[in-house]
Amino acid sequence: MTRVRTRTLLIAGAVLALILAGFVSYYASQSPDGLEKVSADKGIDAKEQDHQLKDGPLADYNVKGVHNERLSGGLAGVIGVAATLVVGTGVFRLVRRRPSDAAPARPAHDAVDSGSGG
Amino acid sequence: MHIPNGFIDGPVSAGAGVIAVAGVAVGLRGARRELDERTAPLAGLVAAFVFAVQMLNFPVAGGTSGHLLGGTLAAILVGPYTGVLCVAVVLLMQGLFFADGGLTALGLNITIMGVVTVVVGYGLYRLTLGLLPARHSSVPIAAFVGALVSVPAAACVFTLFYAIGGTTDVSIGKVAGAMIGVHVLIGIGEAIITAATVSSVLAVRPDLVHGARGLARPLELRSAGETR
Repeated sequence: MTRVRTRTLLIAGAVLALILAGFVSYYASQSPDGLEKVSADKGIDAKEQDHQLKDGPLADYNVKGVHNERLSGGLAGVIGVAATLVVGTGVFRLVRRRPSDAAPARPAHDAVDSGSGG
Repeated sequence: MHIPNGFIDGPVSAGAGVIAVAGVAVGLRGARRELDERTAPLAGLVAAFVFAVQMLNFPVAGGTSGHLLGGTLAAILVGPYTGVLCVAVVLLMQGLFFADGGLTALGLNITIMGVVTVVVGYGLYRLTLGLLPARHSSVPIAAFVGALVSVPAAACVFTLFYAIGGTTDVSIGKVAGAMIGVHVLIGIGEAIITAATVSSVLAVRPDLVHGARGLARPLELRSAGETR
């Protein structure tokens, strides 16, 4: 089996996610999702309140001010993927090394974290 | 399955918020052991991938659609603790920037789509894997089973929260029947996407699939001495 480098996998995965959110999402079903449908059918949504940020610049996966539907949704998707990638990777890098020793790391040996059994 | 504001009352939403915070705290603690130099960027990618695929609603019966929840997928790829965090990051981004999922319902959404899907989906994945031959070809089958059940399980927990704190007066039997019924169908989509994605990563980098660790690799040529 072809074994690809980690870097290659990461780049390919990111490109795929960008294509899915930026382009393929335009062709996604516009029907209500399971919860939306059931809520409307059964009346669960009678007391639904607006989202606090419903007028935000990216609300409902559209970029405010961009009127072409395909462009607006695609751009919102690309921004979302990029932002999630940045925030997620940032969080996971922080989690990986304890905040207390976030100082410049010594050469990593990938040693198994020995001792700290907490 | 993003719950908007106003479906579930304040106290129950707050209670779910406490569960979500506890879930994320446990996730942060456990993820330390799952993440290393190599897998931290992979986990970020998994979160971004889940965000992207959640935009791809697929049609199920009768004018209804569904989308990936992603908890099972993330847990198998990068570990269950990190998996909860991946979904939580996605839900946070969606709630804060895309007005998807009410902010007062964020705790509910993280509990249902993050914690429940990971616990049920990954738990069932492990259980199924234990019953199958210990080799890589078993992984997609177990992934399919875990993902399949995780979605109706999430629908059950939604119904439970609705029963305790729903703001409207709809019979619980009706809610349960409708929610579980449609989410069994959505679960099939979840299962297909999860199994296909896990298979793809497994094909190119089996060592990076957290849930496949310790399984027999397909035979390959190795130099002498590498007996691990």
